Amino acid sequence: MMNDERWLNLFNDYANSSFVDALRRQSPHLLPGAGPRPETREAEAVVPHGTTVLAIRYRDGVIMAGDRQATAGYQVASRRIEKIFKSDDLSGVGIAGAAGPAMEMAKLFQTELEHYEKVEGDNLSLEGKANKLGQMIRMNLQAAMMGLAVVPIFAGFDEKVGVGRLFKYDITGGRYEEKDYDAQGSGSKDARDALKKLWRRDMGREDALRCALESLIDAADEDVGTGGPDFVRGIFPTVKTISRSGFGEVPDDEVRRVCEAILGERTKIGNGG
Amino acid sequence: MPLPYYVSPEQMMKDKAEYARKGIARGRSIVTLEYRDGILLVAENPSSLLHKVSEIYDRIAFAGVGKYNEFENLRIAGIRHADVKGYSYSRGDVTAKALANAYSQALGNIFTQDIKPFEVEVLVAEVGDANGAKSEIYHILYDGTIEDEHNYAAMGGQADEIRRFLKDHYQAGSTLEESLQLGVRALSVTQNKTLSERDLEVAVLDRTKERRKFRRIPPEALSQLLGTAK
Repeated sequence: MMNDERWLNLFNDYANSSFVDALRRQSPHLLPGAGPRPETREAEAVVPHGTTVLAIRYRDGVIMAGDRQATAGYQVASRRIEKIFKSDDLSGVGIAGAAGPAMEMAKLFQTELEHYEKVEGDNLSLEGKANKLGQMIRMNLQAAMMGLAVVPIFAGFDEKVGVGRLFKYDITGGRYEEKDYDAQGSGSKDARDALKKLWRRDMGREDALRCALESLIDAADEDVGTGGPDFVRGIFPTVKTISRSGFGEVPDDEVRRVCEAILGERTKIGNGG
Repeated sequence: MPLPYYVSPEQMMKDKAEYARKGIARGRSIVTLEYRDGILLVAENPSSLLHKVSEIYDRIAFAGVGKYNEFENLRIAGIRHADVKGYSYSRGDVTAKALANAYSQALGNIFTQDIKPFEVEVLVAEVGDANGAKSEIYHILYDGTIEDEHNYAAMGGQADEIRRFLKDHYQAGSTLEESLQLGVRALSVTQNKTLSERDLEVAVLDRTKERRKFRRIPPEALSQLLGTAK
């Protein structure tokens, strides 16, 4: 009997390709949700929060975009924060909510995917990646109840089906697949309203980029937490494309040009939106 | 009641070493060569699924000879070590030296304490920058002995002959193509047959690549580099 158990434990250890599980055995204090837990909601107003991120489907896959501002209460905490992270060659996470835990989760997720790939010699399926992220969000539930929620958007290119797919989450790790577009964070309602009017099936890269930026500009216009394009400091929203050919960055120059065009048109017709 | 028996420590170590060496000598060999853009790893391996050479971290690769389940175990332990370290400090803090030391300790302990030693030799390679840090190659034996090698290394059944061959023929600053051809010649130096791309597993740590430097060279590209493409 003893022998059986030993054998089974060894087997489970050898057959495990998860980095989170390795970390749980080796350094459990580094996992999300470990360490002291907040017992009041006081932290909510002083901890920087990421504001608006969105993902939209287009002809070649998915475009992810986010503004660059982090907000703590009524203060700007950072103007240059990045909210869209590459998780592997074919997927990315857009983080919204408490910025510190969210960035750590994005890093853990990235390590988890790479670890699996190295151990198994093969990539996780997009479905598998989406589930894994849900499990990580669930570990943070206690902090989330105290106002330090992490609610990312996950998007990627599904090689098996040959399309882009996107997922949103709730604080319990609940995972919901969205069909065409979604936004998350304090300006998400405004961004979604804009997306509802602007999104078209099978948009090309140019149109999708414009649709994403226009929605972010609308969110920044209505939501005090979301930052708009900043021509004085030269800070523009982050935009990434995920398609069959991999995870790509839309260069700052191009984002600036499109922002200028959108704002120029709005100025001309005298409609601030 | 069985009779108590005594075996001298010298005899015991000798027996274990001989046992491990025999196991390793049965296996096929691996060579590693520094070339212009990084480090090349060439293994004689007829299987395209069970790897002998693989990626550990951004700049670090692993190679093992001997008993597959044993070096596979070491490989996974290495990936865990590197990923945990990189996650808790930073990616730049993961080094081949620390990993090679950990392997050396683990193999040394197994050799002295377990009845059966591991029948493996492993190699840890880290590619350096184009200007600055040099590449590092560590070779760890079944009993935990660790050596740092320069320019080239060989391990497995015919390692001594291969090393002699490389000593006479190795040239620094060669291209990938030249190094690969030299590596394949070195592997076949003790055999009568010539090795084709189907018998080989080849990977490089390519310093011109972004972050993750490890890259496998698939059979089609291999036959082109070897000049055997039809």
